[in-house]
This record gives sequence, C-alpha cells and structure tokens, in this order.
Amino acid sequence: MSLTKDQVQHIAFLARLKLGDGEFDDVVDKLSRIVDFVDQLQVAPTENVLPMAHPLALSQRLRPDAVTESIDRDALQANAPAVRDGYYLVPKVLE
Amino acid sequence: MRTDDAAWHSQSLSSLARGLAGGEFSARDLTESLLDRIAVHGESLNAFITVTADEALQAADSADRARSNGVAGALNGLPLVHKDLFCTAGVLTTCGSKILGNFISPYDATVVERLRKAGAIMLGKTNMDEFAMGSSNETSFFGPVRNPWDLARSPGGSSGGSAAAVAARLVPAATGTDTGGSIRQPAALTGTVGLKPTYGRVSRYGMVAFASSLDQAGVITRSAEDAARLLGVMAGFDERDSTCVDHPVPDYLAALSKPLDGLRVGIVRQHFDAGLDPRCAARVRESLDVIRDQGASLVDVDLPNLDLSVPTYYVVAPAECSSNLSRFDGVRFGYRAKDPQDLFDLYCRSRGEGFGAEVKRRIMTGTYVLSAGYYDAYYLKAQKVRQLISQDFHNAFAKVDVIAGPTAPAPAFGIGEKADDPILMYLNDIYTIGANLAGLPGISIPCGFADGLPVGLQLVGPPFAEDRILNIAHQYQSLTEWHTACPERFK
Repeated sequence: MSLTKDQVQHIAFLARLKLGDGEFDDVVDKLSRIVDFVDQLQVAPTENVLPMAHPLALSQRLRPDAVTESIDRDALQANAPAVRDGYYLVPKVLE
Repeated sequence: MRTDDAAWHSQSLSSLARGLAGGEFSARDLTESLLDRIAVHGESLNAFITVTADEALQAADSADRARSNGVAGALNGLPLVHKDLFCTAGVLTTCGSKILGNFISPYDATVVERLRKAGAIMLGKTNMDEFAMGSSNETSFFGPVRNPWDLARSPGGSSGGSAAAVAARLVPAATGTDTGGSIRQPAALTGTVGLKPTYGRVSRYGMVAFASSLDQAGVITRSAEDAARLLGVMAGFDERDSTCVDHPVPDYLAALSKPLDGLRVGIVRQHFDAGLDPRCAARVRESLDVIRDQGASLVDVDLPNLDLSVPTYYVVAPAECSSNLSRFDGVRFGYRAKDPQDLFDLYCRSRGEGFGAEVKRRIMTGTYVLSAGYYDAYYLKAQKVRQLISQDFHNAFAKVDVIAGPTAPAPAFGIGEKADDPILMYLNDIYTIGANLAGLPGISIPCGFADGLPVGLQLVGPPFAEDRILNIAHQYQSLTEWHTACPERFK
C-alpha cells in the first residue's frame, strides 16, 4: 500500500470530503493503486523540458475591463439550498 | 407510430433536412415520432436523464413557423440531444451526479445556444459518467447506460447516453464532451461517429468543467457528413470562453468531397502492440487498406511516449478536477447534507454524500498530486511529459497529414466487468488520451465488427484539421457501409 490510512485521511480533509466508514478502506486501496500507476512517470527523462501550460502554446487572451453581463440574483438563488433576503444561509460561523 | 414515418429514425440529419426543406413532413411530425421512439426504447437503454418532450414540441412548432416565414436556420427542425453536462436554461442539468441532481441551469451553454438558434430541436439530456469521469457510463448516479448492440454490455463513456441514443436510432445526433476519449471511445463501442475537435475550436462556456485544459465539446452522429454539418454551427470564437480560439471556421461540408490522392496516413507502430485485441487490429488494418486504395499512402510513424499518456492524464486531469469541483460546496447550488453541525461539516458531508466513488477518487488523486511536497514530483513532472507527448505528435505530423489507428483496445465490455479495477478502466483510453493532452482533433468511425460488436477506427489530425479528418471519414464512408449498420432490436 503506497498510501497510509493517515495520508488518505489528510487528503480527504484537504479535499473537504467526508468518507463513510464503509468506503474508507476501498479508497485507501484504490487511491494507492492509482498513485502506484502514475509513479511510472518518474522514470521519464524530462531534463530541459518545459512544462506544458496550454495545448496550443497560446497565451491567455485579455478582455477590456468592462461590465458585460448582469446577474439575476433571484434566478441564480433559485438553485440554492437555503437563502434569505438575497443571502445564502450557512450554519453559524461566529458565536 | 404513424405509417408514413417508419423510416425517419434511420435517416441521417442531411436526409431529414432535405425532407423538412421539401415540405415532405413537418418538424412537429418528426419530433413526435422520435419522442414516441424514445418513450418505447429509452428505458431499456437508460440513455436519458431527462426527456424534454414539451419543450421539444414547442420548439418544433417554432421551427415550422420559421420555415413557413422563410427564416429557417441551418438546422431548422432537426432533432438532437445534449449530454447532461451542457447547461440548458430552465432544464435539469445533472452532469450524472447526485450533487447536481436538482440543478436547473439559469442559462444555456454556447453550444446549446448556437444549435438552438440554428433551429435544432433538443429532445432531451443524455446519461453520462458522473462529471464525465469514467469510460463505461457505470459511474452515473442515474445508473449505467446499456449498449444497443448487447444490453449486457457498456456503451463506453463518458458520453455513453449520447452514443447509445444515436446507435439505437432514437435520435440522429447528440452532443458529447471529450476529456480523454469520452466522445470517441463510446462512438467506437456503439458503432457511431464521434468527433472531438481541436482544443479551443468549440466554446466550453456552459459546460460543467472537469479538466479545463483537456475538455472539448463535440458530436456523436451516424455519419461524418452529419458531424460536419453540426460542427459548422458549433465551432467558432466565443468571448465567454477565454480559451476559445479565434480561428476561421471553414466550410466542413464543402471539404468532404476532396479525393484522398496523395494523402499521407501515419500508422503508429505502438498502436498494434500486445494491448490491442487482434480482432480490432484486423478491422483497423482492413479499413486502412480501403483508405490506401483511394490514393493515400501509409507511412510508419512513432509515438514513443504513448505508454506514458495514461499516467500523465491521471495526474493532470484529476489535478484540474480537484480544483474545478471545489465549487460544489453545498452552499450556492446543488445537494446539501441534512443538519450540518457547522460549516466544515456542511462542506465535507455535502461533498461526501453528493459525489460518487470515482469522482471522490479523482478529487483525492488531484488533491494529493497538488499538495505540499508532491507538486513537483507529480503535477510538474506530468506537465513536462505532456510536452514530450505533444512533441511526439508534432514530429509525426512533419511526416504525415493524419494519424490512423484503433480508437479503443477492445470492443464493448460487459457492465460490471472492469468496475472494480480503476487502472484497467483507465487503460481503455490509451489510444484516445494523446489527442487531448496535445489538444488535437480526433474522430472515431465504425470500421467493422468483432463477433457482432462494433469496432472503431480513429483519425487524429494536426490542430484545426477537422476538415481533413471529416473528409477522410466521409470518403471512407462513401465506399463502406459499416456506419449504416443498426442493432437488430432497434431497426
């Protein structure tokens, strides 16, 4: 197993994923197999090779800093689990 | 079903367009007929997540009115379906996930908008691997799609619902997306045509993002001609996608008829290694002979880093996915866990309960390769190997005009057969992933059968050579009939 349970627990924490008790061992097993699989990249000779940033070697286009669209807040918030007065509701973060 | 429409479902977009233009039938008649067919067969395939019957009939009436008013668009009245990854205003857009199980998009994707404005009628949204992460359609929250050629087998993925719907003649065309083979592999496994354009050729605006440097929208059809017809409408600059390239859109239909004399077709030695099913190898070689007999020459080329393309992809794509999918937090839209104790618990449980197993694995793989201490060893390394893979293609295209070979290593596999082995599943995309890493256009076309299951031939071209690969595909289809084959139960 290339990843320990503690490592997987930490990765899940970073990714903000709660794993059920029933799935944790399976995640450790399969994630380890994936990491072992991608480890074969380590042998590739890449001295003096530039990392690829864009498939077509193009640079990012810029646009004028102008208002181009407006947002219909009500329409967007129609998809929200909980809203009030135009705000998204979450559990209390400050006592 | 009415007696006079029995053959509509088997007609191409081009043939239906002529019938509509000639007034032989209305868009309403055609739409009703195909909706009937979806109602009869849709469930056995599980190809649809949403059927938009009411919207489709309204759109069909609008198309008929537009035609009688003399303002018919290029695709006026032609039916199609969208992969459920494209945002469709006012219609459920789930991306095959529980976490978007109740998401009604407030806007249209550019692809959806352009096709709609050209007069195309959306009949529904197709099933797919969750967030397009899968090669079998088994990771969908809405259950696996079945292959019309054998209902016990997978249609491939992630655009499996689109491919199955087109293969079963429920609809003549469907949109799809391709991040590592998600259009071409299901096309190969279902005997359909699947086109992935050059990165940046088609706008990604309104596509739920998976891996932003790899994702590209395309189509699944039953002929290269139909794919050319749709691409002409979908392609082109869109200021709402910062990576969409401002490059002229050629007349893809006009390019189809060009003879293949003098064409140099690259055959990749590594494609015919031990990993390829010998039946697929035989079909692909036969199809190459057909192309050679049309005046093309076959030239050996090398892609020396081919074997590294799958591991490279499984660093780059999960890294981008872990970043893209951080937006699903249970706050602004989508699934929210019940009774969260605090904000942290809300995030972790909404995501833990809302994402399926494969998506969680990819997010965690991506989180790992981007995390402190591992970035150089994995992500940076993979981006360097990606450069080498891209360079291999560049070197090959100095010698040849197109690369031809198998799309998938084997014909359709059984549902459940590879579900427990992620690596085995990932290797399905060995021949398709390179085009995504290098941003190149690719197409899969049917080239025969292996024990009753379709086999695909893949053509990959240099950037923006969609016209060339469509041309070759069309010329091949003018001499062969594999693309007209229909599974028995859907005739």
